Amino acid sequence: MQYYTDLILILDSTVRLAVPLLLACLAGLYSERAGIVDIGLEGKLLGSAFGAATVAAVTGSAWLGLLAGIGVALCFSAVHGLASINLKGNQTISGVALNFLAAGLTTFLGQAWFQRGGMTPQLGNDQRFTPITLPFANELADVPIIGGLYSELISGHNILTYFAFIAVPLTAFVLFSTRFGLRLRAVGENPKALDTAGMSVTRLRYQALIITAILVGIGGTYLSVAQSSGFNNNMSAGRGYIALAALIFAKWRPWPALLVCLLFGFLDALQFRLQGIDFPVIGQVPVQAIQVLPYLLTIILLAGFIGRAVAPKAAGIPYTKER
Amino acid sequence: MSARAPLPRWVDIALLPVLNVVLAFLIGGLIVLAVGQNPLQAVGVMVYGAFGYGTGVGYTLYYTTDFIFAGLAVSLAYHAGMFNIGGEGQAYLGGLGVILIALALNGLHWTVMFPLMIVFGALFGAFWAFIPGYLQAKRGSHIVITTILFNFIATSVMSYIITRILKPEGVNSDESAPIEAISRIPRLGEFFSFFGRSPANLSILVAIVALVFCYWLIWHSKFGYAMRALGHNPVAARYAGISGTRMIIITMAICGALAGMVAVNNVGGVQGRLILNFVNGAGFVGIAVAFMGRGHPIGVALSALLFGALYQGGQELAFSMPGITKEMIVTIQAMVILFTGAMGDMLRIPLMRLFDRRATAGTP
Repeated sequence: MQYYTDLILILDSTVRLAVPLLLACLAGLYSERAGIVDIGLEGKLLGSAFGAATVAAVTGSAWLGLLAGIGVALCFSAVHGLASINLKGNQTISGVALNFLAAGLTTFLGQAWFQRGGMTPQLGNDQRFTPITLPFANELADVPIIGGLYSELISGHNILTYFAFIAVPLTAFVLFSTRFGLRLRAVGENPKALDTAGMSVTRLRYQALIITAILVGIGGTYLSVAQSSGFNNNMSAGRGYIALAALIFAKWRPWPALLVCLLFGFLDALQFRLQGIDFPVIGQVPVQAIQVLPYLLTIILLAGFIGRAVAPKAAGIPYTKER
Repeated sequence: MSARAPLPRWVDIALLPVLNVVLAFLIGGLIVLAVGQNPLQAVGVMVYGAFGYGTGVGYTLYYTTDFIFAGLAVSLAYHAGMFNIGGEGQAYLGGLGVILIALALNGLHWTVMFPLMIVFGALFGAFWAFIPGYLQAKRGSHIVITTILFNFIATSVMSYIITRILKPEGVNSDESAPIEAISRIPRLGEFFSFFGRSPANLSILVAIVALVFCYWLIWHSKFGYAMRALGHNPVAARYAGISGTRMIIITMAICGALAGMVAVNNVGGVQGRLILNFVNGAGFVGIAVAFMGRGHPIGVALSALLFGALYQGGQELAFSMPGITKEMIVTIQAMVILFTGAMGDMLRIPLMRLFDRRATAGTP
């Protein structure tokens, strides 16, 4: 029974840690499927976490914070779109620039506005997205097996978490069963075909970037207004990059993205659990060994040792209409 | 629209990059203004902090040294058509090479130790760039992604090595044993009292040699020719008998070796020990330096100096104008990458129009 409770607790924190990854990963999925490489996920995550925490602190409303988070991500997407769609610049460089912009600007503005060393004011519970207790969760809590599973693991998360998990089937549906999804995939594989059919490549790519911004904006808001209560310096801590790795690992598909993000979240949760625990024979597992696993796995995959990750064909290439 | 005449050479090489940088600084100034601070006063403080007194100049040169190495590590790869974001990790690994040789032969005179540290820093840095290079060349894994991932792996690996292996008994902070004073690279202040106790050291000479070497390598060697051919047109390069695989791997290794020199400056010179995260973002500044300097060693030297001054001046800001944190520099760095790297052509079209008109007006 003890092991079961432990397992439920680890899985519970797995879910919590996977949510921002999942949102950023799905965000990247839309943009890369449309042919726009988005290294800037990290910066968008950080920027929207800051925007959300700031507005939530000033207005006292978590929902306005969410809007602000999405708003910041939209601004970043707009710059990225201007550079990579209109000006046909290098998408990787633009993304890298946006990451630095977020890192610099959040700390700078945070200090200038709040004088707390870059942190935003602590948010009260009414200014945050707090856990939702699903129906009967309290009643079922004492039932063996199901109680733990339902009351601990499934119930008791905030609304953004539930949204993140709903976004997976939604994305799968949009991508593979709607006209928009077909066009989105086409514009990432062969933009010329769409152009010849009379559709605007520019318009479609901007649409993809808008969806990207909304998802990653929610992810950033989750970091600062749901998971924590306020913004900390560099609080995205490389999650945008891990999301990118997860996206590659999932081969740009929504359901595998869910699995990979849960796996990476699980590794993250495990790392906290295993700290200071002695194992027979191997002794203590160094935290660094677990930290490094998501990156290592992605590199092994990229090297083609476990399957092959093939990016959308037109990803990273600006589209130039024939003159 | 008919094809426009290309821009005059001086516009392309000098005016366009300068305008882009000015644009970056203007927006930076507007942001400072937006939070109610005086950007001109900030510039004044920074210029004084960076060039106003000997120790300040020394700090500026110390940062410049780091940024030259990091900038070259990005530039060289860029000439071969690759984007090396891994300078940060390559420099970090270089630190391992430097400290291992320095601790193994601790107490040796610096004249012998200095070259050894260069060799080992270069070897370890090169190794960390060789793997992504190899994976790109042989297995087709995209270099941008692998170098980013290798930065993270470097962070974990090095933090394990420093805290679990190199950290001596009874020391609280996470760092290796110190290198003895006689083995460390001497500070410039020991030769010229002008530089005071600033960290600038003889590594700056290595940076100058590296600049000259890269100039020769890119434009005056067979290797550089092959490298640029690969960068311009990989298909044509292959028809010309250039092995892309070999070029990618060797170029990346050289880039890693250059990034490893950041460790010589810091581990062998300034700190005299290996500390956690000693690279502190210098590898990333290299990206801005490379784009701003357009991959040319002279440009790299000038933009490294500019960023060196910004970083040192930024430290000074923290004392004189508490309303502005040094993160403003990171913001400007981002803007420089954006305008000179990703949106480099934004001003090109209006400029072309301008010069077109002048040309037609001149020849009726």
